[in-house]
Amino acid sequence: MFIFDFEENKEKVDQFIQFMDKNRQMKGVLLPVLQEAQNKFGYLPKEILQLISSHLGIPTSTIYGVATFYSQFSFVPRGKYSISVCMGTACYVNGAADILDEFSKVLSINLGETTADRKFSIIETRCVGLCSDAPVVTINNQVYTHFKKSDVKHILSLLP
Amino acid sequence: MKIFINDKLIHVEEGTTILEAAKLLDIKIPTLCHLHLHDIKFINKQASCRVCVVDVEGYDQLLPACATPCKEGMKVSTDSYRAIQARRTIVELLLSDHPNSCLTCAMNLDCELQQLAHDLGIRRIHYEGETHKEPIDNNSYSIIRDPNKCILCKRCETMCTEIQTVGALTDIGRGFFTTVGSAFNRPMNETTCTFCGQCLAVCPTGALTEVNNIKRVWQAISQDKYVVVQTAPAVRVALGEEFGLPAGTPITGKMVTALKRLGFKQVFDTDFAADLTIMEEATEFVNRVKSGGKLPILTSCCPSWVNFMEQQFPDMLDIPSSCKSPHEMFGALTKSYYCEKTGLKPEDVVVVSIMPCVAKKYESRRAELEGADGHRDVDYVITTRELAIMIKETGINFLDLHDSDFDNPMGESTGAGVIFGASGGVIEATLRTAYHMITGDELADTQMEFQSLRGLKGIKTASVTIMDRVFNIAVAHGLGNARKLLEGIKSGEYEVDAIEIMACPGGCIGGAGQPYHHGNMEILEQRIAGIYSEDRSKHKRRSHQNEYVQLLYRDFLGEPGSEKAIDLLHTHYTPRPRL
Amino acid sequence: MNIKELTQIREQQWWELIKRLNEEPFKYHIGDGEISLKGEEFKLQQRIALRNIGIINPNKIEEYIATGGYFALARALENEPKEVIKTIKDANLRGRGGAGFPAGRKWEAAAYHETDEKYVVCNADEGDPGAYMDRSILEGDPHTVLEGMALCGYAIGASKGYIYVRAEYPKAVASLITAIEQAKAHNLLGNHILGSDFHFDIELRLGAGAFVCGESTALMESIEGKRGMPRNKEFRTTERGLWGKPTVINNVETLANIPPILTKGAQWFKEIGTEKSSGTKVFALVGKVQKPGLVEVPMGMSIYDIVYLIGGGIPKGKKAKAVQTGGPSGGCIPSHLFDTKVDFESLEAVGSIMGSGGMVVMDENDCMVDIAKFFLEFSVDESCGKCTPCRIGNKRLLEILQRLTLGEGEISDLTKLENLSRVICQTSLCGLGQSSPNPVLSTLNYFYDEYKEHAQDKHCRSGVCKALLRYEINDRCVGCTRCVQHCPVDCISGSIRERHYIDATECIHCGECFKNCPVNAIDVF
Ligand SMILES: Cc1cc2nc3c(=O)[nH]c(=O)nc-3n(C[C@H](O)[C@H](O)[C@H](O)COP(=O)(O)O)c2cc1C
Ligand code: SF4
Ligand code: SF4
Ligand code: SF4
Ligand code: SF4
Ligand code: SF4
Ligand code: SF4
Ligand code: SF4
Ligand code: SF4
Ligand code: FES
Ligand code: FES
Ligand code: FES
Repeated sequence: MFIFDFEENKEKVDQFIQFMDKNRQMKGVLLPVLQEAQNKFGYLPKEILQLISSHLGIPTSTIYGVATFYSQFSFVPRGKYSISVCMGTACYVNGAADILDEFSKVLSINLGETTADRKFSIIETRCVGLCSDAPVVTINNQVYTHFKKSDVKHILSLLP
Repeated sequence: MKIFINDKLIHVEEGTTILEAAKLLDIKIPTLCHLHLHDIKFINKQASCRVCVVDVEGYDQLLPACATPCKEGMKVSTDSYRAIQARRTIVELLLSDHPNSCLTCAMNLDCELQQLAHDLGIRRIHYEGETHKEPIDNNSYSIIRDPNKCILCKRCETMCTEIQTVGALTDIGRGFFTTVGSAFNRPMNETTCTFCGQCLAVCPTGALTEVNNIKRVWQAISQDKYVVVQTAPAVRVALGEEFGLPAGTPITGKMVTALKRLGFKQVFDTDFAADLTIMEEATEFVNRVKSGGKLPILTSCCPSWVNFMEQQFPDMLDIPSSCKSPHEMFGALTKSYYCEKTGLKPEDVVVVSIMPCVAKKYESRRAELEGADGHRDVDYVITTRELAIMIKETGINFLDLHDSDFDNPMGESTGAGVIFGASGGVIEATLRTAYHMITGDELADTQMEFQSLRGLKGIKTASVTIMDRVFNIAVAHGLGNARKLLEGIKSGEYEVDAIEIMACPGGCIGGAGQPYHHGNMEILEQRIAGIYSEDRSKHKRRSHQNEYVQLLYRDFLGEPGSEKAIDLLHTHYTPRPRL
Repeated sequence: MNIKELTQIREQQWWELIKRLNEEPFKYHIGDGEISLKGEEFKLQQRIALRNIGIINPNKIEEYIATGGYFALARALENEPKEVIKTIKDANLRGRGGAGFPAGRKWEAAAYHETDEKYVVCNADEGDPGAYMDRSILEGDPHTVLEGMALCGYAIGASKGYIYVRAEYPKAVASLITAIEQAKAHNLLGNHILGSDFHFDIELRLGAGAFVCGESTALMESIEGKRGMPRNKEFRTTERGLWGKPTVINNVETLANIPPILTKGAQWFKEIGTEKSSGTKVFALVGKVQKPGLVEVPMGMSIYDIVYLIGGGIPKGKKAKAVQTGGPSGGCIPSHLFDTKVDFESLEAVGSIMGSGGMVVMDENDCMVDIAKFFLEFSVDESCGKCTPCRIGNKRLLEILQRLTLGEGEISDLTKLENLSRVICQTSLCGLGQSSPNPVLSTLNYFYDEYKEHAQDKHCRSGVCKALLRYEINDRCVGCTRCVQHCPVDCISGSIRERHYIDATECIHCGECFKNCPVNAIDVF
């Protein structure tokens, strides 16, 4: 679906290879390497997983197995704005499910999906540790506390 | 230490599991995920299915017998109401996410889950809900993967990763929707899989099965085709198991009769081609020795091993022998030599191979093995198990069949051709003939049984002196052992002149197309014994003594290694670095 | 660096700290070498693990030293490692990560095994939704964790430590990175710590979004770079843990208790709390409570005191229904049992667990079937999928609960819930599965009537299970048509200025009509 352009990402790929070389000796290096890849490229391109495989000598299948275990990793690029609704207990009892529904309705996408223009994705998190200010919504790195369902449209309209 | 199981006292050594201890007392605890194949160091100790849970005094939890070590004074009850109920619930849960389509499943009556449901008297599944709806992968020529039947025991993964060191399989995702599959969940033919099939040999359910070619063979027989069949050496020591005979019982004669009854025009023997392989391979070996060519030479009759080498050791492709595998040589000859002799047209002839192997299904489709005019050397490969089904399907009363002989000119074989079926056999057969080629003499009967190259040890070595030159020989079975050996050669740890490698434990007798052994490794030993006793019963035990092979060279091929032989009987390899 | 220089820093920085704090005298109470926070809500609390939170600047190691930080380590290094173990054992410090296993005994077991390498792991994967005790310690007082780990390393003979921290806590990660750098620069980590022969390094590893990685063996698998699936419990981790070596794994809060215990002595600690549960426990008091927040109280305080005296009771004059402790592994304690003491044994006796310290207050607007479903959803999402009872069993439990909340349940489902829950508890491989049915079992036990209503009467008394709601228009209707305009499925009919009617077969129970009726003419059942 998404083709990863090596040329366009040449610099990032080089930096990433350097990262792998630098940490080659680290025991259990696979997870930090995947985290670096996710941070650098925003998702885990298939091509990068193959690069990791040949660079670290770990079968691609193993890498894929590890990557699919952890919910932090994504195999498709996320939207420009990643809207994450906290569904932890405190937020849940304070109405987080309604907020999630509202985002879903307004953006016409389901949880875990990205809008066609790749602007918004909706994900859920479990407890970001701000329970006393529940419910909590995080958009990229911006945290919104005491969030209300009625805030949804307004917040979305503020995002360029 | 002493422990009590169901109030019976038993003394066990430290490290013994409750399951092992119970076995000593003849107490059966049901298991599913657990599998321990001592001889090949395969152990699947996931403790994940929880079917084997037992009650241990002092614990609220029920403990998995397969992975709980005995402790001094432990009081275990394997048949408490609580434990039995829990086991039953667990099996019900497994079945609640299962297609339960036994009647049409390749594992019907061979399935460990089915057996378990039977043994526990499951009559109703109390829990229902969402089930797996994964696509079935039937894209390869060898293996069908139906993730919906998988119970996540991970035996296949352990086999592929730890024993075969291929690492084609992994578990994907987590939680309820975890599946076992390949990288990016691609079809098996787009992965590093070598098609050894050992994963399906240990799979307790129908989640991994072989591609079934029975229908195609029936079609060929029923059409106006001249269908010839050949049977591999390992088949004859295992086929009987499907009809209730002990493993290793020789049933060659009955098998030939059965094949004739099934409607095959000619029933030939792959062992004949094995003898031929030896002629070619020994020649290649002797030539390399004489001309100072590349050593060691590696055998190449195992297609799974060839795959493995092409993928994982692309830099070593100059050392294996260029010989095709015996059944492929046979196919090539059928469509040339045999057709020439009989006046048949190659396009009217269909070659069916009956093999202990699922890799050969894939092999028969390799582009390298396509004949000049586009025909395939071998048209269909079916396994020992598939043959058994065909026999049962036809209603042949197998056990009552009389014996018949293979047809000629491609039915005679020597003992050397027979031992191809067991690990160590190919190299032993090569030595018997190479000795003759170098010295002009024959190895004495007593000298030609290389005991140190036989058996289930992972890597076996021997040294042979021929005309003052010492030849070091190594044998590996299982791809993990092969890897160890090849890496040892690269690093200089092993200095060898000739190597035999087989992908399956014990060689082809342990192939993935053989009747399921369900963890009983004695079956492999018995098949091996069957192979060597057949060898001993032959009055000719050296390939070069095979009269029909001699005739073939005289009439058709010329010399071993002749241009025609190279054209028909040899192949080449291509690097296919892994994904 | 040696103890003399450490003392110098302490004396000098103490006055700097006091000077800074004195700028906000209404916030801090400064006593003889002790600083505490002022405020009503702190009166009933006793802060040990949180002693420095909100007081020191976490990014300045000097302020930690000023309050006596790293002196426990300095003194320990002058004595035998077994002295450290003895003190922790005598103090009866039990693990704060959930299971309550005595830390001293764990350390002793690891010290006993002789190998070339051992590891100390700090479990900072705090995954219980509704709990954030560890985050506040990591962010507000990272050095106490480092010191606790170094002490553990010295006690058991390890020279390497890992902190496995949730990736969702970026501030905590930053704070730890700074703290480790500073500690290294001050020779409080690294080689020859404080001039001794003790070497200890700490490496950070980030989680990647898997709750089960909080389970100790799954956490180790994850550090090893694998799928975070729990290992079968054949060996104790103190014998074979990380990379097969003896390993002590402790929770953040457990470690934060180590330096004060070594400083003030086992006896001091033992006198706090109850006989079997010494010391204090931090709770994240959240949900339907006036003053949510972190509280640290002596073990043995009653739930009532925490919710009402510290938390200020339930907002909007509502009635409390239950308190949920222990997160997805815990249970719901109904309000009539609010005099239950919070300590390991008492909570277990009422069918819940201490857990890591989440305490979620629920009022009459919370549906207990829905709450059980919420926790089950969590467990199903987070199950690693390794073992059958947890992988499939929890899914089936959840499906039964879903049916109940949709009005598709049957009374026999309640027996099924109970039977299946027991099997899952008894046969699962790790703590997640062994405890995931607890929310179901405890609510079934205390709120059976609510379950029965859902199953039999298709009724949800809290009005949470929308599918079970019935909307009806009563005689107060003035025919304003406002409800008609808001109904998304057009199932309200009636002429203007006449009584309206709802077609119950079409209604999707969205509640829009109810919210918009100006005269409260719509009843909800
Ligand atoms: C599913 C599961 C999740 C857990 N999550 C955590 C966690 O986030 N933090 C934690 O400290 N302990 C967690 N634990 C408990 C740990 O397994 C372990 O008991 C604890 O870290 C030991 O430290 P302690 O003795 O200091 O409490 C979890 C256990 C289970 C079964
Ligand atoms: S895998 Fe076994 S239980 Fe499942 S359908 Fe096939 S035979 Fe039946
Ligand atoms: S066993 Fe039962 S289900 Fe199966 S074929 Fe016979 S009658 Fe049908
Ligand atoms: S056939 Fe062999 S190589 Fe392929 S997945 Fe199975 S075990 Fe691995
Ligand atoms: S495919 Fe077969 S062997 Fe592999 S995990 Fe599934 S059931 Fe087990
Ligand atoms: S060892 Fe024999 S049965 Fe196994 S893959 Fe090779 S050729 Fe096939
Ligand atoms: S209980 Fe659940 S989380 Fe634990 S091992 Fe089993 S499936 Fe995984
Ligand atoms: S609850 Fe919603 S769907 Fe039902 S009548 Fe009212 S507005 Fe219409
Ligand atoms: S909004 Fe209320 S008053 Fe108006 S028509 Fe509807 S029920 Fe009647
Ligand atoms: S539950 Fe939402 S922040 Fe904790
Ligand atoms: S529940 Fe909100 S911070 Fe945890
Ligand atoms: S056989 Fe023991 S857990 Fe599966």
